[in-house]
Amino acid sequence: MNIYVCIKQVPDTETKIKLNADQSNIDTAGIKWVMNPYDEFAVEEAIQLKSKTEGATLKVVTVGPKSRVTDALRTALAMGADEALLIDAPESIDTFNTAKALAAAIKQEGEPFQVFTGKQAIDDNAASVSQMLAEFLDIPHATVISKFEKSSDSAVVEREVEGGRKEVIVLKGPSVVAANKGLNKPRYASLPNIMKAKKKPVKEIDLASLGVNVDQAKLKFTHFELPAEKPPVKMLEGEADQQAKELVRLLREEAKVI
Amino acid sequence: MSNVLVFLESTNNGIKKSSLELLSAAKNSGRNVLACAFGESSKAAAEEAGKYGAAKAFICSDAKLNDYNSELYSALAVQAIKDSSADLVLASSSMLARDLFPRVAAKLDAAVTSDCTDLELTADNINVKKPLYSGKCKAQVELSADIKIVLMRANQLPVNELADGTAEVVELSAPEIDLKTLIKEVVKGTSEKLDLTEANIIVSGGRGMRDPEGYKILEPLAETLNATLGATRAIVDDGWVPHNMQVGQTGKTVAPTLYIACGISGAIQHLAGMSGSKVIVAINKDPEAPIFKKANYGLVGDVFDIVPKLTEEFKAIL
Repeated sequence: MNIYVCIKQVPDTETKIKLNADQSNIDTAGIKWVMNPYDEFAVEEAIQLKSKTEGATLKVVTVGPKSRVTDALRTALAMGADEALLIDAPESIDTFNTAKALAAAIKQEGEPFQVFTGKQAIDDNAASVSQMLAEFLDIPHATVISKFEKSSDSAVVEREVEGGRKEVIVLKGPSVVAANKGLNKPRYASLPNIMKAKKKPVKEIDLASLGVNVDQAKLKFTHFELPAEKPPVKMLEGEADQQAKELVRLLREEAKVI
Repeated sequence: MSNVLVFLESTNNGIKKSSLELLSAAKNSGRNVLACAFGESSKAAAEEAGKYGAAKAFICSDAKLNDYNSELYSALAVQAIKDSSADLVLASSSMLARDLFPRVAAKLDAAVTSDCTDLELTADNINVKKPLYSGKCKAQVELSADIKIVLMRANQLPVNELADGTAEVVELSAPEIDLKTLIKEVVKGTSEKLDLTEANIIVSGGRGMRDPEGYKILEPLAETLNATLGATRAIVDDGWVPHNMQVGQTGKTVAPTLYIACGISGAIQHLAGMSGSKVIVAINKDPEAPIFKKANYGLVGDVFDIVPKLTEEFKAIL
């Protein structure tokens, strides 16, 4: 029985983003890469499900350049995944092809009992791959989930939507669920487990063997730009009541937002 | 001329402003404007959309569509896109649309991009930009497919004046599918306010509000401004307020016209979620707090002195 968790490696939040000379992309030199924060919740939930499911194997899958993404897979293996699948792909692969590749790899590896992802990657903020993957696997999906309960033939999830509204959804059969913060508390990998993870298998898969052609991308990012310099902050002087009065005046007369 | 289909979302007060922004952009482009909406509110939405320039509205007013179900909605959206012969679909980057349209795109072999902040739309050209890496840079998005789907952040585009106009209504029947996705229960939110991602004004608090009681002094200010309340990760993690109020990296990305940060120092994870705000006001006792680097207006002082005064001042003019 296969449980899958799909992860992405992204630049650490603290990383300073620089552009390359012709502004056709970011300059990746010096970037610290980490597992996408939401994917940690997905990995944790997958490990918990595995521990409750007899005979289950937890496979962590990622799509990205082989030269760097192995680290993210090792992190998931150290947390508790059994095996890793590395789909080697160029930096520029888009969401559609990523989902296609993941679906094809999962089909090759064996039918899923359950698939987990993070609710979005913090680099491109697309929040698209989970739903596309579910469509390509022809199974239901639920995104932004904050509770997950699996039985043999379905999953019950809770998702937090707009304005604090909550939906409780039943997904029949296998499904793709995208984890939000709050689903669980991701564990830290212990040192012995980090050592053990080095011996766990990482299977490399060629993108072409999955029938994906990256030249047929649906999305391409071009003409990168850094945010315009913000004008310096205007500090208001005086006592609380003077500051308050002045702020209201400025918001009305200068910024014109009130 | 190409057809653009605008996906409409409504509240009890009619079509959401975020959807009206897109109807307006579609109308102003000179393209044929079509709309689609699902659920019992869709009849009223179709009528209202006519006044913003929609020539035709594809709706399914069946009560089965009142609550979002990804299978039913994606099947209907596919049908509406096909029936409208649209080569461009515009929707707000709401939680609903963000869940829905990637699945629709996968069904239609379409290109979809979400969380966009810039849209220049003319009769024969489209230029879309979106922030990347938590707003640390922005890029143009090239979409290559017969059908393009663009999800826009709220509050990025102007809304046209109401005009005379009627949309021809095309009623679609609810799809007969053997559903694998069942809505078991919907728990209504506690807040009547706009969601953070759509709010025009946000009043947000951090650790500087001292404790959950202290945070409450933000409520009258938010009430006066008809603003939505937000919070930092620190006070969400400490359990002062629920996670759906969190702005930032592992919370929500917001882009209001006005963001008032109270007792927030400005951790990078928080800045990631709110730096797209048009005007930022920071109130903090520490003049060195990083939030002031992102702010347009800075007030150094005790939030417990300033916030009540500010509430009074706003009350006097609003």
